[in-house]
Amino acid sequence: MKKLLILTTALTGVAFAAQADVTVMSWGGAYGAAQTEAHVKPFAAKTGIATIMVDSDNPATPLKAMVEAGNVTIDVASVEYADAIRLCDEGVLEPIDVAALPAGADGVAAADDFLPGAVTDCGVSTDIWANIFAYDTTKITGTVPTTVADFFDLEKFPGKRGLKKGAKAVLEFALMGDGVAPADVYATLGTPEGLDKAFAKLDTIKSEVVWWEAGAQPPQLLADGEVVMTTAYNGRIFNAAVGEGKPFAIVWDGQIFENEMYVVPKGAPNKDAAMQFIQFATSTEGLQAQAMQISYGPARKSANATEILYKDGKTVMGPNLPTAPENMKNALETSSSFWVDKDAELNERFNAWLATN
Amino acid sequence: MSQITTNGDLTTSDGRPLKAALAAAQFRAKRRAFFLVAPLLLFIIVSFILPIGQMLHRSVFHDGFAANAPDVKAWFAVNPDGTAPDEAAYAALAQDFKAMKADKTAGIAGTRVNYTLPETRSLITATARVADDLAPPYKDAFLALNPKWGDAAVWQAMRSASSAYTADFYLISTDRERAADGTIQKVPENTRIYIYLFVKTFLLSAVITVICFFLAFPVAHLLATLPTARANLMMILVLLPFWTSLLVRTTSWIVLLQGQGVVNDVLIALGIVGDDGRLKMMYNQAGTIIVMTHVLLPFMILPLYSVMKTIPPSYARAARSLGATSWTTFRRIYLPQTLPGIGAGALLVFILAVGYYITPALVGGADGQLISNFIDFHMDKSNWSLAAALSAMLLGGVLVLYWLYDRLVGIDNLKLG
Repeated sequence: MKKLLILTTALTGVAFAAQADVTVMSWGGAYGAAQTEAHVKPFAAKTGIATIMVDSDNPATPLKAMVEAGNVTIDVASVEYADAIRLCDEGVLEPIDVAALPAGADGVAAADDFLPGAVTDCGVSTDIWANIFAYDTTKITGTVPTTVADFFDLEKFPGKRGLKKGAKAVLEFALMGDGVAPADVYATLGTPEGLDKAFAKLDTIKSEVVWWEAGAQPPQLLADGEVVMTTAYNGRIFNAAVGEGKPFAIVWDGQIFENEMYVVPKGAPNKDAAMQFIQFATSTEGLQAQAMQISYGPARKSANATEILYKDGKTVMGPNLPTAPENMKNALETSSSFWVDKDAELNERFNAWLATN
Repeated sequence: MSQITTNGDLTTSDGRPLKAALAAAQFRAKRRAFFLVAPLLLFIIVSFILPIGQMLHRSVFHDGFAANAPDVKAWFAVNPDGTAPDEAAYAALAQDFKAMKADKTAGIAGTRVNYTLPETRSLITATARVADDLAPPYKDAFLALNPKWGDAAVWQAMRSASSAYTADFYLISTDRERAADGTIQKVPENTRIYIYLFVKTFLLSAVITVICFFLAFPVAHLLATLPTARANLMMILVLLPFWTSLLVRTTSWIVLLQGQGVVNDVLIALGIVGDDGRLKMMYNQAGTIIVMTHVLLPFMILPLYSVMKTIPPSYARAARSLGATSWTTFRRIYLPQTLPGIGAGALLVFILAVGYYITPALVGGADGQLISNFIDFHMDKSNWSLAAALSAMLLGGVLVLYWLYDRLVGIDNLKLG
């Protein structure tokens, strides 16, 4: 199903791209919809530049393929932090000039307004999102899971678990589930013993795991009753719970957060308009507009200065964002340098572990 | 009008030797024939031969490091394998890093070395970022940046990557790696995967082929012997799923077999299994086998049917009238005559199964994935050379089996209809 979706979206993307001035590629589902409402439509309305959104399971993959094949059909892509760094190193992305980014609503220059690390050589943060785990409150009653260790406790909470199919965020999650403090996670994961420990922890639930790949799958798995709890991107669960009224609850303990970056591929058909789009989307208002659509935190201080309401007009976003202090008690920031370096090696090991019993 | 000349050669009426005239006429006919098949030939070359050649080339070629590190490449060329890097080597490396920084190519170079030795990518990109600060003595400068620059394994990996043509991707595809001293060794047990996957792919394909055979044989026999009207109806039942989209069939199986699916619900309603004992028939190896068997079944039924249709029933009747039991008749008269159909069906099903991608991807879960799913994984990860090497090995495996089949059964005995 996933591949079919990629194929069809890629095809429709190509078909539409021919008529649009700026083509933005993002992750589809609730997230893609949020960026469409907050950035794509207002940008087109304000500037008159025809702008469209296309979907992908992970925009970094088609982006790299497009640049290598010399046939770039997108102008802006929304990619994970580590991918933004890696692709930048590989010369696949256009450099971003931080001085050209608009100052915050309070007049503070962009370089000072953005949170540390939110602007890199080739990317600008569109939000801070998190890997969390969630459960269905109608299925788990009485004692509810509150810690990341509970996710791995099959005796206390029997039933299937949903996990992302890939090494990133899963290995960190397993170590934290094993009691490793967030500050020690990457140091531990960097040693062979630490890595074995992570896999040993995953071994304890392997037989009960349902693996997901696209961000839209975990809320579906929960809703279908295929799993009792699952890791997910926090915004997807929030939109299912608050937006669609599903009985889902998020456990923030052990959350793994990172910046999501807007980047421009080298050879983008409309580079100037793409830069204009990024400047618009990552302004204080642009970031706030996105946070009104989905519970991912803005990466500008000025955008966090005022209270943001969800699009329903009553839910206050603050406590639902990964950056809320009460959600940050036991949180880990993804180490991009760790994953840029070890992505290939650890995925190899992960795949070997997954395919063999 | 031909005449015989004095020396005995045949000539045409205009005096040309008959042999030459004939050759000229045949040449024209051949040329016409060639022009008729030329579009197909061109199509095959462009859409089949060239891509396969390109893939084979890519599986042994990656110039990410070789093209961007010419100086250190030159140093490797004059210093044989095993030479400890001297000041000249570090100086060459510094030169290359300065160029890489200017051209923004450190990422590509690092990616290439990282394929051979993990954890070298950031070493190279981080060093390139500060390349302008490198100053003699270079060896100390490098070691001060990161002690890993003194590691023999890193230099061995760079040596290996400094040649654009490399067997490294085939090493990886066979779960092997180069040790620091250049010898080839197996990778640690917990990262071995490709040999296992190749074996599993071929075994699962064989299992699916055998199941298909046992399911298809009686059906094909019925099709071939029933009265026409009923045989036609049955044929439609065979062909309908064959004509239905592969994705529709696969997702229907998901609906039927998943944990909360129809089959499990029925079993629970009948009291055969409890609610907590739901059978796991989807997102695992069992799912891959069930769905692929169903999808590939027509490829076994149709060749069998076409062969069985041509076997006259009188042979079996003659055997029976000569006193053979029904089992002997089947074993010695009927079965041998269906062999061309069995061969064709088995070969078709097996080769299709070996390269199958979409069904295992959708229903295979974690342990039902085949080698093609990992080829796709590496294409996703932009490691096209490794994907190409794995594909080439898959292609080689199928060719070997084809050759074996030809030796054992004979490709002339194949009958598709």
